[in-house]
Amino acid sequence: MKITILYFARIKEVVNYSSESVELPENITSIIALKSWLCDRGETWQKLFDGRGVVRAAINHELVDDMATFDEGDEVAFFPPVTGG
Amino acid sequence: MYLQVSVQAEDFDLGAELQQLKAATPQAGALVNFVGLVRELAADGQLSEMVIEHYPGMTEKALNQIAQTASQRWPLLGVRMIHRVGTLSGQAQIVLVATTSLHRQAAFEACAFMMDYLKTEAPFWKKEIGDFGQHWVEARASDEQAKQQWKLPK
Repeated sequence: MKITILYFARIKEVVNYSSESVELPENITSIIALKSWLCDRGETWQKLFDGRGVVRAAINHELVDDMATFDEGDEVAFFPPVTGG
Repeated sequence: MYLQVSVQAEDFDLGAELQQLKAATPQAGALVNFVGLVRELAADGQLSEMVIEHYPGMTEKALNQIAQTASQRWPLLGVRMIHRVGTLSGQAQIVLVATTSLHRQAAFEACAFMMDYLKTEAPFWKKEIGDFGQHWVEARASDEQAKQQWKLPK
């Protein structure tokens, strides 16, 4: 399955790019599974998702929790807690 | 309900925005507004500028949803929301939330409600730049608590 992943603010600076298109194995369909799959890339990613800093997720512009699932072509975003206003 | 939401780099004319909201909702007996400003004194030094990043597409959707939620809870006549993005200097206007209603209570409460939700749900991130270097602003637990106080008793 192919999805787009976007990164914002501090997380964008940590991973060093703002978006990517990824081809996922069949069993990766939830946010929690996607985080774990990204952690296989190495230490930067493991640190990002180790639970010490909060990482929020959105699917197609809706805030979601770790158990949320996505489909082919969806847009997933990872970002820190928001600080607007 | 009259609703207008803008996410923009440009500054806004507060007087003109309120005048327009008033004109769009002639039945209103109350107009309330909140304007958020860039603080010149940051937590650890003098600020030279603030950079606001956002998630285009999701931002507009989140702001519209917040306004719709408020309008289901209070009898609002009009809502105007503006949030700026990009590089802002000290004392610059960041955000406007303005409401109109028949009587003051709905306008007051809905304005505060929308600011508390905007602070915790709309995808904006602030970075402070100054004599201390630069850092991303951390989310504050007090903002989350401010939102929680609007939860209706079950």
